[in-house]
Amino acid sequence: MIRINPRITEKLAFAFLFFSTLLILVPVFLILVLIFKDGLPALSWEFLASYPRLGMRAGGIFPALLGTVYLAAGTLVFSLPIGILGAIYLSEYAKDHGFKRVVEVAIINLAGVPSVVYGLFGLGLFVIFLKFGASLLAGSLTLGIMSLPVIITSTREALGTVPKSFREVSLALGATKWQTIRRAVLPNALPGILTGTILALSRAAGETAPILFTVAAFYLPKLPQSIFDQAMALPYHLYVISTQVPNVKLSIQYGTALVLILLVLAMNIVAIVIRARFRKRKLW
Amino acid sequence: MVTPEMKICRPKVTVKDLSVSYGRLESLRHVSFEVNEFEILGVIGPAASGKTSLLRTFNRLNDENPAFQKTGKILLDGVDIYEKMDLPTLRKKIGMIFALPAPLPLSIFDNIAYGPRLHNVWKTSELEAIVEKSLRAAFLWEEVKDRLKTPAMKLSGGQQQRLCIARSLAVEPEVILFDEPCSGLDPIATAHVEEAMQELKAKYTIILVTNNTKQAARVSDRTAFFLMGELVEIDRTQKIFTVPQDKRTEDYISGRFG
Repeated sequence: MIRINPRITEKLAFAFLFFSTLLILVPVFLILVLIFKDGLPALSWEFLASYPRLGMRAGGIFPALLGTVYLAAGTLVFSLPIGILGAIYLSEYAKDHGFKRVVEVAIINLAGVPSVVYGLFGLGLFVIFLKFGASLLAGSLTLGIMSLPVIITSTREALGTVPKSFREVSLALGATKWQTIRRAVLPNALPGILTGTILALSRAAGETAPILFTVAAFYLPKLPQSIFDQAMALPYHLYVISTQVPNVKLSIQYGTALVLILLVLAMNIVAIVIRARFRKRKLW
Repeated sequence: MVTPEMKICRPKVTVKDLSVSYGRLESLRHVSFEVNEFEILGVIGPAASGKTSLLRTFNRLNDENPAFQKTGKILLDGVDIYEKMDLPTLRKKIGMIFALPAPLPLSIFDNIAYGPRLHNVWKTSELEAIVEKSLRAAFLWEEVKDRLKTPAMKLSGGQQQRLCIARSLAVEPEVILFDEPCSGLDPIATAHVEEAMQELKAKYTIILVTNNTKQAARVSDRTAFFLMGELVEIDRTQKIFTVPQDKRTEDYISGRFG
């Protein structure tokens, strides 16, 4: 066996580890640079606030942007209550029996389902079987189901970080289990829950496959009037103007991508700020 | 001066043939004794003797542990606490102070008001009165009266523990369980907490679990010595510490093991 001087192996190890870390940064950096370089010139108030014109070869992205905001809001409405309540049940109430394990395995599997399968499922259940048609409702429900595993998992993690002593103190003062969860546990888990929820939403906002068959419209001359209307959405719009419509200016394509990525980044930054604020405040 | 002998001894808590186990782990074996009203009962014994388990059986915090099993009875004023009382009522009557000070991440005021609010006291004037009364009884009022809105976590360890005492007083318990309340405190803070306990026994029945035999000697009227889940001896504190009946008690209090 060859013996290498430990000082050399130490340097080698450091070099490899550092290089690998650097590799993580490269794609993020390149994506941002490329999109900013070609997209930034297109970005203007008018681009954000006006309708597409000339067969989407000119004008802005307002309906798509608004559609994505609607979808994110709809996703929140459907996934947040169910996710939080389900997570509370699993973490605080469910006994460690078969049923709980089945649900836990189901959640893990739900998280692993490819997004295009969610799209087909949404098409089958909401659009066709429940006759919602391609609509904001069907799209929000589909994205909501896709977001559930992340929200449930992050809520359970947040509940788990609340010290056991808070619960015992509350119970020892004569609180019921629900009073304890409501007053001693949830307020202290809320920042973690919010962080996880925003991250799940930012992912939902950027997804294309689940909305493809359930809500997204190629082009609509007017905004959706109710939850039963179709809507345009940023990720699908980007796909359309990049591959389906010929001769779209590069700046419009990259401008759209830039808006999408900024939207998602902004949501992630909000999540990071909430987390950082909470860390500063928390004293246990 | 009222000495323990002069008091009319009325049993407040009666333990009848109590055995506790967690799965296969036996924690208490066939324990029977009484706690008299308005006394401080010190409970001493080495680690794993079942002291803390005993306390958590009194206010049924053990119910949270799915592996918990018990046989035998615990009566509060003659009423079986496992058969005839719902949990909130029981825990309101039997308060508990934990080993580590455990303020909630709320203001001093809201910590004390937490219990009363659970039991539907919402009027600010009422809450203010309860908070002041409880803090005074726990000897903390003078130190915090000007900063009731500051976070309780900012108080020192000894102040936090007295805050926890005040918090359990705010729901007007009848019995207070102290689970090694001074294990994390310095001697001065310990003296403050002990002083509070001495005053409290005029109105409350106190069960004090402690690792510190000297504390039991200083504070309690009667002392119970537990060893490996069995009650070895229970008697007036003075007697336990001067003429113990059992060799094991003598060995423990004289520091031969523990």
